Amino acid sequence: MTDNKTLFEFKDIHVEVEGKEIVSGVSLSIAPGEVHAIMGPNGSGKSSLSNALMGHPSYTITKGRASLDGKDILPMAADERSRAGLYLAFQYPLAIPGVTVANFMRAALQSHRGKDADMSDFRKLFKAEMKALNIDLSFATRYLNDGFSGGEKKRIEILQMSMLNPKMALLDETDSGLDIDALKVVSEGINRFQNNEKGLLLVTHYQRLLNYVKPDQVHIMMHGKLVKTGGPELALKLEELGYDWVEEELKAGAGA
Amino acid sequence: MSGKAKNKNNDIASLGEDYATKYGFHDPVDYFHKGAKGLNHEVVEMISRMKNEPRWMSDIRHEALDIFVSKPMPKWGSTDMLAEIDFDNIYYFMKPIDSKKDSWDDVPDYIKNTFDKLGIPEAEQKFLGGVSAQYESEVVYHSMKENLKKQGIIFLDMDSALREHPEIVREYFGSVIPAMDNKFSALNTAVWSGGSFIYVPPGIDVSAPLQAYFRINAENMGQFERTLIIADKGSRIHYIEGCTAPVYSSNSLHTAVVEVIAKEDASIRYTTIQNWARNIFNLVTKRASVYKNGTVEWVDGNMGSRLTMKYPCIQLLGEGARGEILSVAFAGTGQHQDAGAKVIHAAPNTSSRITSKSISKDNGRASYRGLVKVYKNAHGTKTSVECDALLIGDNARSDTYPTMEIDNDQVKVEHEARVSKVAEDQLFYLTSRGLSEDDARLLIVNGFMEPFTKELPLEYAVELNRLLELEMEGGVG
Repeated sequence: MTDNKTLFEFKDIHVEVEGKEIVSGVSLSIAPGEVHAIMGPNGSGKSSLSNALMGHPSYTITKGRASLDGKDILPMAADERSRAGLYLAFQYPLAIPGVTVANFMRAALQSHRGKDADMSDFRKLFKAEMKALNIDLSFATRYLNDGFSGGEKKRIEILQMSMLNPKMALLDETDSGLDIDALKVVSEGINRFQNNEKGLLLVTHYQRLLNYVKPDQVHIMMHGKLVKTGGPELALKLEELGYDWVEEELKAGAGA
Repeated sequence: MSGKAKNKNNDIASLGEDYATKYGFHDPVDYFHKGAKGLNHEVVEMISRMKNEPRWMSDIRHEALDIFVSKPMPKWGSTDMLAEIDFDNIYYFMKPIDSKKDSWDDVPDYIKNTFDKLGIPEAEQKFLGGVSAQYESEVVYHSMKENLKKQGIIFLDMDSALREHPEIVREYFGSVIPAMDNKFSALNTAVWSGGSFIYVPPGIDVSAPLQAYFRINAENMGQFERTLIIADKGSRIHYIEGCTAPVYSSNSLHTAVVEVIAKEDASIRYTTIQNWARNIFNLVTKRASVYKNGTVEWVDGNMGSRLTMKYPCIQLLGEGARGEILSVAFAGTGQHQDAGAKVIHAAPNTSSRITSKSISKDNGRASYRGLVKVYKNAHGTKTSVECDALLIGDNARSDTYPTMEIDNDQVKVEHEARVSKVAEDQLFYLTSRGLSEDDARLLIVNGFMEPFTKELPLEYAVELNRLLELEMEGGVG
């Protein structure tokens, strides 16, 4: 990337959960229009990193800094980070019984636009986005994620992203639990969202999502650190060989 | 009316006010009659005389007073809070005006303004079949739509019912809840005043709800309304009651008795939304008798008060009778909601469902206290009990005291109890979408209450959500 503008950047991020360091000094810089992927085995700290960047109170950032559009986001609470243009699609979205998808979505969008902002376009926008993601309109009046299948929840996460239209989206294992048709629909949703002003960070265990959403850079995360960076071919290599060779390389490097 | 409609929208928009400004105001009043504080046979006799009652009713009152005095205070609920009630420091009877009115224009302005602020005349215009408005001890306004009168429906305040239909009142008064039942039913029987009387003739479906609104205005007031609803064979009715009171530093007492009778194939829904100020002791006895294939539903929303002890009861007395109790309670700082439900299955093939939802916030305490009793003859009984408690903050408390006494083995019983906390993860999910933490918490609470609010007429659902917002204000202490 020749563009020297930076959209989203974090440096030397350390994250603790219940007093234990899970992420140990991770840095990344994402320019507008770029798609990055962080891949890693289970327990490598990928999800902790995305939760911490979004501001989950249980994930304490003990060191490092992070900025969106040049603004320091670490002093902000999660809702302020959201309104500043950061989005996290959750790996396991929670159910909120009694709150319909439509009411929740309206409240979320209203919070972004401001308490007194006009919402008269909401229904039209909401319906159009649901249609684009092949979500049955009956979901509008169902309770958020309550009894939804894994795939339905992931689609609703992408629906929320389309509606809130953030500058920078972190997608945590968005491909898990999706069958091939759902994966296509979700990928199309992600690609429709992405443009040359936005940033995407895909956090994933497998590379199959990357067949549909092409990353500019792939980073491998292990033991709380980014240990290797490459192009899309790195993801393919992981698909073929797993993570063991990375581990081997690390050991060799450490021994050298 | 358009002016009022606009006010309502403003109300919904201005969701920042607290109880004190919205409901907690009080009117300076020159009472038509204000007795002395304290309770004895003279006070009881004075009430009965002022109402010009038949001797048999005075006798019932005097006897009930003796029962009240002889019965000890309840040993459950909150005995500490109950001990705060000073029965000598309460006004047992206050008559605000000389007689009830059937036009709002004839009601004195200060009282009319109160009910205007509470939105009663507006609701009456929009969707109610009839309205009764009680202020302190007596009903000051009462009206019912002409078409309902023509169908033979009787909807009166209880005092008028005793004058106009003494034979019906004498037959049913105390038949479901005798004075002996408990200390507070005895107290109500001794000093009752106001309340609603409804009789629906056979086969009549009262399509528009009838509503009563109970307002306590004075400090140290005791309000003792007495309600009796009789739905004759195959009839159907929905009755709604609402209650508020001003904020004072010392306590007031609200002790109602509500008797409900659904005859064969009749159906009654009784909806309560009470939002008492936090100095009110709310000790109410409610019970329904349901006969063959009849249905009674209690939809009971308990907000506010210092202490509420209320366990709506349904006695299923005829084959195929059905009962449902849907009760919600919100206990904030310094409050104890001891609410619950009782169902007595005393006939075959009867069914019941109890759903209790409570929210405790800060150091508030909500208890579910329930009884399901199935008699030996009640084979084919189906009953389910579901208790769901939501805790907000680390000091909130919820208790469940379910009792099941089942003397028949051909019975289907389901019981489920859940306690959940507003989880950090749920809050994070919502705040990560831009909602402030307060808004996120409120959304979770509204969602929790949804099974209740969806049973309410729209206007009340909006009001309830608004009340929840007031209760949730200021985050978690």
